[in-house]
Amino acid sequence: MTVNQISVFVENKPGALAQITQELSAAEVNMRALSIAETNEFGVLRFIADNELRAATALREAGHILSVTPVLAVVLKDEPGSFAATVNVLAAANIDVEYTYAFLTPRTGTACMIFRVADNDVAEKVLTEAGIRLATREELA
Amino acid sequence: MNEAKRYFQPEWETMPADRIKEHQSKLLVKQVQHVWDHVPYYKKLMQDKGVEPGDITGIDDIWKLPFLSKDDLREAYPYGLLAEPLENCVRIQSTSGTTGRRVVAFYTQEDIDLWEECCARAIVAAGGSNQDVCQVSYGYGLFTGGPGLNGGSHKVGCLTIPTSSGNTERQIMFIKDLSATILCCTPSYAAYLGETMKEMGMGPEDIPLKAGIFGAEAWTEEMRRDIEKTMGIKAYDIYGLTEISGPGVSFECEAQTGMHINEDHFYAEIINPNTGEVLPEGTKGELVFTSLDKCAFPLLRYRTRDICVLTRERCSCGRTFIKMAKPMGRSDDMLIIKGVNVFPSQIETVLLNKGYPANYLITVDRVNNSDTLDIDVEMTPEMFSDNLSVISRREKELIDALKAMLGIYARVHLVAPKTITRSEGKAVRVIDKRKLV
Repeated sequence: MTVNQISVFVENKPGALAQITQELSAAEVNMRALSIAETNEFGVLRFIADNELRAATALREAGHILSVTPVLAVVLKDEPGSFAATVNVLAAANIDVEYTYAFLTPRTGTACMIFRVADNDVAEKVLTEAGIRLATREELA
Repeated sequence: MNEAKRYFQPEWETMPADRIKEHQSKLLVKQVQHVWDHVPYYKKLMQDKGVEPGDITGIDDIWKLPFLSKDDLREAYPYGLLAEPLENCVRIQSTSGTTGRRVVAFYTQEDIDLWEECCARAIVAAGGSNQDVCQVSYGYGLFTGGPGLNGGSHKVGCLTIPTSSGNTERQIMFIKDLSATILCCTPSYAAYLGETMKEMGMGPEDIPLKAGIFGAEAWTEEMRRDIEKTMGIKAYDIYGLTEISGPGVSFECEAQTGMHINEDHFYAEIINPNTGEVLPEGTKGELVFTSLDKCAFPLLRYRTRDICVLTRERCSCGRTFIKMAKPMGRSDDMLIIKGVNVFPSQIETVLLNKGYPANYLITVDRVNNSDTLDIDVEMTPEMFSDNLSVISRREKELIDALKAMLGIYARVHLVAPKTITRSEGKAVRVIDKRKLV
């Protein structure tokens, strides 16, 4: 049970990010979660869209370079220690977390974290066994 | 005629070397007298060197003659090197010259004919015949590319599509709808056409092209393979310069091991660019051309600034003309960065090897008395990853490969696709911001 994340190459110059968000807005795409990673030279905008196909098509047509990656959306209780518990489960299973970022869900009382790990299947299995729930694509749409 | 000819003018293209030399000797003696009589500018250069027409008895005496350079052409602009009365001239062409004065060359009808015949030889060598549809996507106008190949295509009897450059989608539409089999343009434009084809969802099987004749700028073997694969063609190199006539001074045959120089019209020498000394065959140096039988604008010993090698060996195509290697750069576009000689073509080779597009921009600058080399490269879907460290690793691999090739560190900037200006004529790939004069 993975969700598809879109990652877009963003040149490090004024207006580059504005242009991408403009294009998404014109395509009526709502971003559920996003994070930006950057070096001195360029950045990568990663996000979860309500409609990933529409988002990817709009960006491709505008000439952007992007990739679509399956990631895990982990539902956490909005209370101290829940993130630590999740990371501990992954660490115990020796699963490498490449990056992670958080966002709020409309449902009250829970938070959601995106995890990009080396092996989605194994991560999903150990998390489920530990009683940690993963959000579905439908929940994020 | 249904069958393709192997040669456009077999009597010349396969003439034994000793007879070509005899022919060249006769023409040179005549040409030197013609220039002496009609070009005071060159007569003075000869007098300054203590040479008279009588000293030139054959091609082996050519070393006695003074050189001409681009500076002379600028100095003598516009009529100083003209050797015919203007009423005998029917055309001018001009170089795309990015700096200083333009160079203007004059042609009589005979000059045009011999130039177009040279282009026709190139088209036939690429497999062309009157069965072919030849699309000329070189610029038409002052630039020699369009008019030269257009004339050559007529002489071969191809159905000629004079699209000129630009309007890329229309170019592709013509190739497809009118079944063009031969494409003539600059290699960078060919690459751009190929890229656009891909974007339009077209592969090699969707177009009837079989051959391309690409010249007017430096390109690498990697770029050749790239274009050949994208378009499903065999790509032939062609060389020329306005000063000597235009494209077709030399051309590639199916062996693709160098370009045959049309020696019955143009005599080539390789010299040491620093001393002017003539170098033996097989030695790398600056290419120098003499127009043996052009009437209006007959340049003697014109220094091209192209660095290359000449070799005369039996060619599998049967042509006897001496071959020149693809120029390894120009002695004037060679960059000296931190004291190291850098040719843009070396950078291009590395980029293509590493899977980046041939579109790049080299910026050289001097910061705190130290040279800097920056290369803008367009990101591609293949090189991109959601993971920064993967991109950084690829970027570092590129920097390392550049270091290995050039011997110096180059800063690489990954930029968004299609942001580096593509030109439909010659690509501008180097910006040198240093003020070293």
